[in-house]
Amino acid sequence: MTSTTLRPTVSRAPVKAPPTTLAGVAIRTPFWVFSGALAVIFLFPLVWTSVKSVSPHPGTGQVDGWGFGNYVTLAHYQAGIWQYLANSAFVSGLCVVLTLLISTLGGYAFARFRFPGRNALFMLTLAILMVPYATLLIPLYVLLNTIGLGNSLVGVALVLTMFQLPFSTFMMRISFESVPRELDEAALVDGCSSFSALWRVLLPAVRPGLITVGLFAFLAAWNDFFAPLILINDTNKMTLPLAVSNLRVQVQGVIDYGATEAGVVVLALPCIVLFLLLQRHYVRGFMSGALKG
Amino acid sequence: MTLHTAAAPPAAPAPPGTAPRRRTNGHRLRGWGYASPTALFVLVLFVVPLVLVFRMSASKWPLLSGDQGINFPDNFTAAVDNRFFVDSVLFTLKYTFFATILLIGLGLGLAMLVQESSRWKGLLRTSFLVPSALGLASASLLFYVLYSPLVGPLAPVMEHFGWSFLGTPNAALASTLFLIVWRYAGFYMLLMLVGLQAIPSDIYEAARMDGASRWHTFWRITIPLLRPTLALTTILCVTGSLLAFEQFYILTKGGPDNSTITVVQLIYSVAFQGQNDLGVAAALSVIVLAALVVINVVQLRAFRGSDES
Repeated sequence: MTSTTLRPTVSRAPVKAPPTTLAGVAIRTPFWVFSGALAVIFLFPLVWTSVKSVSPHPGTGQVDGWGFGNYVTLAHYQAGIWQYLANSAFVSGLCVVLTLLISTLGGYAFARFRFPGRNALFMLTLAILMVPYATLLIPLYVLLNTIGLGNSLVGVALVLTMFQLPFSTFMMRISFESVPRELDEAALVDGCSSFSALWRVLLPAVRPGLITVGLFAFLAAWNDFFAPLILINDTNKMTLPLAVSNLRVQVQGVIDYGATEAGVVVLALPCIVLFLLLQRHYVRGFMSGALKG
Repeated sequence: MTLHTAAAPPAAPAPPGTAPRRRTNGHRLRGWGYASPTALFVLVLFVVPLVLVFRMSASKWPLLSGDQGINFPDNFTAAVDNRFFVDSVLFTLKYTFFATILLIGLGLGLAMLVQESSRWKGLLRTSFLVPSALGLASASLLFYVLYSPLVGPLAPVMEHFGWSFLGTPNAALASTLFLIVWRYAGFYMLLMLVGLQAIPSDIYEAARMDGASRWHTFWRITIPLLRPTLALTTILCVTGSLLAFEQFYILTKGGPDNSTITVVQLIYSVAFQGQNDLGVAAALSVIVLAALVVINVVQLRAFRGSDES
């Protein structure tokens, strides 16, 4: 490791003045060792779980030799992993679509229009952040049951969308506000309706904001545990985190660690892939949010 | 909504110069049109439940039979008299204290470690951030296996010393804190990085010219100028930790000996496990909401107060 990390600095040394080659390396080596060790601590649990999920262990679906036995166990658990994956994908997809739709329209309204109650509505939307999850989920359980959305994935997606609104509305509002007004005013003068100005002119300009909002909505909905735990009663309608956590407990009192590891990998993989692909947007989401807030 | 957009064109051909200043009824209507989905969601899924939770907290409301009429203040006395109430409040506060100190400290430390950009530091940033893409439930499940005395990587060590990660109340708390640090440190590092970037570099330049030591620079420049970020992160962390649920529900299951029950866990178990009393759960929720509002107001005051001095 040291040889590969040393090389760039050594070769760059003539360009960058301060670290003279030998002394610079001597000073920096402890830093590399220390920071490298930290990185290993952060990555180890993920790597360990992925390796363990395919390695042999007594009492799991993979008794001897390497293979995907644990994933087979997982696939046949109760309604089958495909059902739970489909449930999770449905909830996440609906949540992402609704969040994008509502926060785009809302952000546009807050950024470009003045209407009575504008500030009150915006503050009320942000106030969702102030109220504990549990405080809202108990009455939401009753409310969704009375309007016929109890024990349904649509209900869960609606609730998760509501919890996304403070961040996404705020994010889309500042995204729209950072687009020069001249852009949509020119479109309006050319005879565009306000909606086609939004659709044709502004939407391409706020794409980074849309990606951030979509990414956060997906991660939140895919990973959420508490809302489905309270709102879903049917085993067939459980989302993946709930199913994996139940699987751990329910195999005749004996914990199937192998299947749990496989479940964690299935849960984590889409999030990590999305995160690595969209890392720039993930970081930018916080930057713009924190700088302007 | 489509109605409003259909009505838009007649309003559009206004004299170009006056367009931005004009506040016509059409403009207001369109504004409301675009904001109406937000308003609908906030009203139906936030305002109504918020009102309902107060109503429920003052009513006899079993899980299965529903509203049985007002019984104020029985639910609140029952909530406070619950045998886990005091313990769960104390435990939640203790957990919040440690989690906040650890996350703020480590978040700032990691941020300072990877502040300048280089390829190696970019790599470090990514590896610190990857765990924050995982859900808390997935992370808890992962550590549940990792801490297991049967299959965990430290199983031989645990067996040798006759000790386990989740065996005693203190070990369970420490193990959960490690999980939380692993999952959230990168996230707090990111927030701290944003704050650090907002500090102009010429201030550091000036301090270096004046011969200030690193230690001095950190305490006299970085910390005071980072105050807004520290305020934001502390409030986020305190709020999040006070509402901790998944990590204890999945990892420790409230054990050993009911020593790691948080307030939200208590609400959940009163509502859906055994007691099935939504009224008492709602009363507990109202108490938590009130406590949270008070704690956040106090924190805002504290940060604002120290800002002026």
